[in-house]
Amino acid sequence: MKVVVCVKQTPSTTAVFSVENGSVNWEDPGGKPNVLNPWDEYAVEEAILLQEEHGGDAIALTMGPEESQEALKTCLAMGCTEAVLVGGGDFQGSDTLGTARVLAAAIRKLGDVKIAVFGKQAIDGDTGQTPVQTAVKLGWTPLTFVSAITEVDEDAGTITVERLLPGGKETVTTKLPVVISVVKEINEPRYPSFMGIRKANRATIPTWESGDLELEGAAGVEASKVDWSNVYELPPRDSEVELIEADTPEEAARILADRLFEEKVI
Amino acid sequence: MSGVWVWIEHQDGKIAGVSLEALGAARGIAASLGEDLTAVVTGHDVSSVADAAFNYGADAVVGSDDPSLADFRLEAHGPLLAGLVEERDPTVVIAGASPRGHDLTAWIAAQLDAGQVPDGIDLGVEDGKVVVTRPVYAGKLLCDAVVSDGVQIVNLRSRAFAPAEETGGSGEAEWVEPAVAEEDIPTEVVSFESAGSQVSLTDARIIVSGGRGVGGPEGFEPIRELAQALGAAVGASRATVDAGWIPYEHQVGQTGKTVSPDLYIAAGISGAIQHQAGMRTSKIIVAINTDPEAPIFKLASYGVVGDLFDVVPALSEEFRRRLG
Ligand SMILES: Cc1cc2nc3c(=O)[nH]c(=O)nc-3n(C[C@H](O)[C@H](O)[C@H](O)COP(=O)(O)OP(=O)(O)OC[C@H]3O[C@@H](n4cnc5c(N)ncnc54)[C@H](O)[C@@H]3O)c2cc1C
Ligand SMILES: Nc1ncnc2c1ncn2[C@@H]1O[C@H](COP(=O)(O)O)[C@@H](O)[C@H]1O
Repeated sequence: MKVVVCVKQTPSTTAVFSVENGSVNWEDPGGKPNVLNPWDEYAVEEAILLQEEHGGDAIALTMGPEESQEALKTCLAMGCTEAVLVGGGDFQGSDTLGTARVLAAAIRKLGDVKIAVFGKQAIDGDTGQTPVQTAVKLGWTPLTFVSAITEVDEDAGTITVERLLPGGKETVTTKLPVVISVVKEINEPRYPSFMGIRKANRATIPTWESGDLELEGAAGVEASKVDWSNVYELPPRDSEVELIEADTPEEAARILADRLFEEKVI
Repeated sequence: MSGVWVWIEHQDGKIAGVSLEALGAARGIAASLGEDLTAVVTGHDVSSVADAAFNYGADAVVGSDDPSLADFRLEAHGPLLAGLVEERDPTVVIAGASPRGHDLTAWIAAQLDAGQVPDGIDLGVEDGKVVVTRPVYAGKLLCDAVVSDGVQIVNLRSRAFAPAEETGGSGEAEWVEPAVAEEDIPTEVVSFESAGSQVSLTDARIIVSGGRGVGGPEGFEPIRELAQALGAAVGASRATVDAGWIPYEHQVGQTGKTVSPDLYIAAGISGAIQHQAGMRTSKIIVAINTDPEAPIFKLASYGVVGDLFDVVPALSEEFRRRLG
């Protein structure tokens, strides 16, 4: 069975951001400014588990700049069997819909994919919209917030999953192929093995550009129907902390309760 | 092109909190644009939901009431909404940023190749266009996004907007046929296992969270007690979730839940940047920590430097006394 996992390289979770003339820059105090999107680690793990159980391929796919190779190498080191980078200037600045068009075209080109696994959201744009939009562009069923894959029946062409929703857990069955986006409960991502890292470092990752894909509709900044350019830093929180000075915990509790009633938050 | 639409999410015949907030926000946008507010109601046996939508200020209700819409399935609801939008050409379509609202707006935008902005926390109107403020980069930056062309599709974060108020309004809903026949919907909902009636973190007005400072699973007892005294939900840092002291569904932060309560009490939490990402938009933050240098105090409105095992029980006692 052919499984694709769509991943994104994002700023690290500790990155510190600044905005200058509308362009966003970041640095990381730990010196590793970009990482595999943390939510995608769960997607990668699930794709590898599917590959281990059903055979076939677990192919990591990203759309992004040349540097996103690093994220793909992490996927290979974890155990993905192949990786593809979709890149080139035509795609720069795509929003989720543009990204969905490109990912859908790449998945079609890979051919005979049964399951495309996505992370819940990417921690840069934080939209969580790409999986559903890619599914619509492929004409496949999207299953979001998946916390367990309970059964994949390749012969019957069906899949059963559990979805974690606010009020509880929903079990659904649908036809393959599907797009699924996974939540953290689904698994415990493995660490790359030493062998895996060596293999990943030697791998040459193919790059596909717009000429290699049969795109339906455009991608890139121009194709976006949303102007996302007005990004700015948060206004600082206006309050300095008021430390409650008291001789006993009871007194501290009393003063704090007074303040919270005054603030009308209780 | 005219009209401000709100997709109404509902449960047991009642409109969900996020949708009441969306109706409240949409009312303001409709007034600024000088356009009508239409509620879109989809489901099965939903006439009471339509009535409620009128009562909460909708000028019109359009919807579809059919067994095939009883479960929320994207392949049924997506094409229905997208078809209605295409046919009737509203200016703005708004949903709550709940999992369903999120998925539905993503679907409509993809099917119609339309512009969409998720997770709005503030809305305005400039030059006849809706300006949506949303957090990006884990809430470390903000973005004012505008859909430049065509229908403007938006979903709104829970607890960011004041809910619509009852108006006593009433009217006749217009019902249309579903867009997709049951036999053409590949997905079947086999079962739903309800999680019980815990206060959900994202909807909670007050959250009491514990961090590594609680010392172990039993350390969450005083946290739960305070939460109970306040009618609050219980949150947690990742350190405690990773340690197995409390289930993941309680985790607040960049890889947990993003919350925005009126009051967030952080006990024994250092305030790592990833934790902040999930709670920094809380209205009032209280930090209880033995270390006066803990980063959480930089974010907090009020702080108590002290042992949570002394301070938290004292607070529970104090609130129990005052709240009866
Ligand atoms: C990719 C990634 C994603 C992450 N996502 C999240 C996330 O979503 N949410 C999250 O929370 N973290 C997240 N983290 C982890 C984050 O970096 C911190 O490690 C974590 O938040 C620390 O939890 P803590 O504050 O409970 O523990 P600590 O940092 O160990 O802090 C414990 C605090 O308790 C205080 N304390 C100890 N005893 C007492 C006492 N008796 N009374 C009062 N105070 C006491 C200490 O002074 C200290 O400040 C993420 C990290 C990474 C790398
Ligand atoms: N450029 C991209 N390339 C590949 N996958 C992506 C890309 N952007 C987003 N994704 C996938 O879509 C998920 C949701 O991302 P988003 O909608 O941007 O929050 C991520 O967790 C990835 O699995």
